[in-house]
Amino acid sequence: MPPHPELGDGSRVAVMGGGPSGSFFSYFLLQIARRAGLDLHVDIYEPRDFSATGPRGCNMCGGIISESLVQNLAAEGINLPAAVVQRGIDSYFLHMDVGSVRIETPLQEMRIAAVHRGAGPRGMKGEVGCRGFDGYLLELALAKGAHLVRKKVEGVAWEEGRPRLKTQDGSEETYDLLAVTAGVNTGSLKLFEGLVPAYRPPQSTKTYICEFCLGRETIQKYLGSSMHVFLLNIPRLEFAALIPKGDYVTLCLLGRDIDKELVQSFLDAPEVKQCLPPGWQVPADFCHCSPRLTIQGAVNPFADRLVFIGDCGVTRLYKDGIGAAYRTAKAAAKTAVFEGLAAQDFRRHYWPACQRLCTDNRIGKVVFAVTHQIQNWRFLRRGVWRMVTREQQREGGHRYMSMVLWDTFTGSAPYRSVFLRSLHPSFLGRLFWETVVGSRSLDMSSQQTGRS
Amino acid sequence: MTADTLGKLYRNGEVIVQAGEIGNCMYVIQRGQAEVLLQDEDGEVCVAVLGEGDVFGEMALFDQEVRSATVRARGEVWALTLEKKTFLRRIHEDPSLVFNILEKMSRRIRELNDSLKKALGRGSTLR
Repeated sequence: MPPHPELGDGSRVAVMGGGPSGSFFSYFLLQIARRAGLDLHVDIYEPRDFSATGPRGCNMCGGIISESLVQNLAAEGINLPAAVVQRGIDSYFLHMDVGSVRIETPLQEMRIAAVHRGAGPRGMKGEVGCRGFDGYLLELALAKGAHLVRKKVEGVAWEEGRPRLKTQDGSEETYDLLAVTAGVNTGSLKLFEGLVPAYRPPQSTKTYICEFCLGRETIQKYLGSSMHVFLLNIPRLEFAALIPKGDYVTLCLLGRDIDKELVQSFLDAPEVKQCLPPGWQVPADFCHCSPRLTIQGAVNPFADRLVFIGDCGVTRLYKDGIGAAYRTAKAAAKTAVFEGLAAQDFRRHYWPACQRLCTDNRIGKVVFAVTHQIQNWRFLRRGVWRMVTREQQREGGHRYMSMVLWDTFTGSAPYRSVFLRSLHPSFLGRLFWETVVGSRSLDMSSQQTGRS
Repeated sequence: MTADTLGKLYRNGEVIVQAGEIGNCMYVIQRGQAEVLLQDEDGEVCVAVLGEGDVFGEMALFDQEVRSATVRARGEVWALTLEKKTFLRRIHEDPSLVFNILEKMSRRIRELNDSLKKALGRGSTLR
């Protein structure tokens, strides 16, 4: 019977991908191993240069570090430097056709970080001291002792039960453990077809992200330190957000078959126009991408001496993907150091962390289905708007709807917690009341309009 | 206002934590410096200066006692608040989250031991 595979002094670990999942995994693996008295060799394979502007150095996402992740990282001793934080977010605006309302963080602090994933959008003139989030995390992992291999992995095979990586220059290396942290926007997962029969890659959908350069002062004037979320009844559009960052504003759209027409109809909406300078036009050239976003986690994201982490494993639905990468990377690192490298070890000790996300994502689908109904029905939008507006005007007291919306749109709390709070009798009673009163006032104003 | 720093801004001389008050959160300094003050018969004594990445108020997480010292901003300070209840829930989900704080507390105990040794002038009797 072969010995139980585990890490020992001098064990070699390969990490395929230097994004947040790969950097978090390497960082925590080396940190935990050192505490346990183990000396490991960790190679991070990442061909991209995160100090490059535009898509070459970017991992393509909205670039929001949630409130809970900012706090967890601070507790871990990882404090995001000012050069990485393009803007601290202390509130968000919810924009609907029935009105806009500002919702503040509970302690009125900058508790959410807006960051660039690479060194900034294409064409950015290199702001002094500006650093991307992914590059910063990678540097932290390297400072812990990981080695960066700037090569693309082009082949993976098994050699006497150990993973063997082949890179573009033909060199080959064998490792005791391979952590796949490649994301869903590269072709790397194809390398595992047939190699890990039980693994089923995650399902994903397309999103649209673009960056407009408006200048720091204009952004401060029109967007401030708020994330702007839009619940608009535009066909095919599920969700939209404007995120201020330094000289830029990032537009994130989620929906079906997002094309130029949909982007334009969103930008033409009066609720959006009021957030942008009067007469502003979409520039002829701007940095944009249509990355894929995981909507259904992978099946069996592990095998003997192999583990899939982050987007290519299990992540959070729509929000806080980086927070999910942090949690699952840490769970995988703890498993590797303390439990072993067999598939059974990952199933017992890593998979529960993934399952918690999967279960929460199922609840998240219900939460977003309800949000979709609010988006579709004007009387519901009016009820929500009235309830939040009253909560924000009132000093103290429970802010049921504000907190539910805050956690839904910022990803700061599990969807389960959001769902349970939305079942609170006071929440439901208040929403019912505001919806009824809102509908009656709508009817009366339309009757008056009809008479006049 | 600095748009690229996280946490809350405290102006020069502003008290962030007051000795004797009941604490329900801890803080992590994001930018700037803060001084830790103890009161003795001669008035306030500055026992430490905290900088970026330093944690304070963490004892409130582990006991029910009042704040043991006052922490005051020295110049402009940005500090991130971690509420006790929320943070304790996260620690119960992932106990290793508290490791960094324990390391800092352990370092402080060692520093206190060293100070005590020097003050007593008979370090060999201390363990």
